[in-house]
Amino acid sequence: MNAFDIYMAAAAVADEHGGHANDSVNSVFPPLDASTFASQLFWLFIFFGLLLFLLAKVLLPRLGGILEERSNRIADDLDSAARMQREAESAELAYEQSLKDARAKAHNVAETTRASINAEIEAEMKTSELEMAEHMEIAEAKIRKLREKALANVDGIAADTAKALVEKLFTGKITSAAAAKAVKAQN
Amino acid sequence: MAEATKLDPIKQFELHDALFGDFHIAGYDLSFTNSALMMGVAVILISLFLLMGTSKRSLVPGRLQSIAEISYEFVADMIHSTSGRDGMKFFPFIYALFMFILFANILGLIPFFFTTTSHIIVTFALAMSVMTTVLVVGIFKNGFGFLKLFVPSGVPIVILPLVVLLEIISFLSRPFSHGIRLWANMLAGHIMLKLFAGFIIMMWAGLGGVAKIGAIAPFVMVIALTPLEILVAFLQAYVFAILTSVYINDALHPGH
Repeated sequence: MNAFDIYMAAAAVADEHGGHANDSVNSVFPPLDASTFASQLFWLFIFFGLLLFLLAKVLLPRLGGILEERSNRIADDLDSAARMQREAESAELAYEQSLKDARAKAHNVAETTRASINAEIEAEMKTSELEMAEHMEIAEAKIRKLREKALANVDGIAADTAKALVEKLFTGKITSAAAAKAVKAQN
Repeated sequence: MAEATKLDPIKQFELHDALFGDFHIAGYDLSFTNSALMMGVAVILISLFLLMGTSKRSLVPGRLQSIAEISYEFVADMIHSTSGRDGMKFFPFIYALFMFILFANILGLIPFFFTTTSHIIVTFALAMSVMTTVLVVGIFKNGFGFLKLFVPSGVPIVILPLVVLLEIISFLSRPFSHGIRLWANMLAGHIMLKLFAGFIIMMWAGLGGVAKIGAIAPFVMVIALTPLEILVAFLQAYVFAILTSVYINDALHPGH
């Protein structure tokens, strides 16, 4: 109805300027001219049918295929990304586990080494102490023997000295045995 | 005289018969007219657009492929949101309607090009093809269940006859409103453009001296109207396509 108002106005303008002056063929409004309907319907049927056929059989499957391929590709990529992430996570877990194991192992090794070294040191200390005690005992026995020997010698020397003294003082002679007897008696 | 005929805003809708001579079959005049030529051009352009858009089949689309993909997803989403998964069987039909009307409308905006969709027989035929599809699919798929379309559930029994009558009238008037909406929009837009464009020449030629500058006013109007008409060209194609998918949804799922 809007179109018709404009059409009327337009026709009025056109008439004013003689637009229809030589339009004697037909005065029917062209879009409503029934004489052209057959031809328009015929060609519309042919061309729209052709378009429909081309779209349904060739063009839209092509386009749809591209879109589907892309969405498949994206889905695949997302899948593989998720898989890789899972793999990375499990690798991290394994790494952490092995790190923990290694730490525990190192700790163990250090601990056992320390213990064995300590034991060794203790054993060594014990054997050296025993050895030392033995040596001391031997040395002490030696000293004891020497002292006894020295003490025994003292008597002899005293007898000798006494003999010599007596001989010097009394110009007489005494036997060693008498001297020793005297020394002994003094003791 | 030549100028006078140019200023006739109706002249643009005339069919020029017989580009390749007269062609009659069984008494009908089926000559290849300028209208038929533009239909053919639209079909060729759509096919070329899609062929070239899909020629590379690249994973990361170029410009033309992007546009082709957008048109595909635009129509697919439209069908999906109105008639669901079942509606996708009619994807080629609705896509063909959308692209055909869009290209016919846009081509008609180019000066000296004929607008196929400005003739009511064309838009009405397209609307009837939709109606036929709806009826055939509806009855074939649902049998008598298709009649549920006219009987909305949850309506009190007292006013039910009235509602059913209204539903039937609205169903029967669909092809008319569907076809006439598109036709009237294209017709009105083209007459308006032509009128204002004619005013430019009339004012320039008719007025003298400084008054000639007045011709700027219709010129500005034409500049403002052209993008509006491009919008209308797209919008009408969209409206036609989305209504088609709504009607097809009725055929697939007749219960309200």
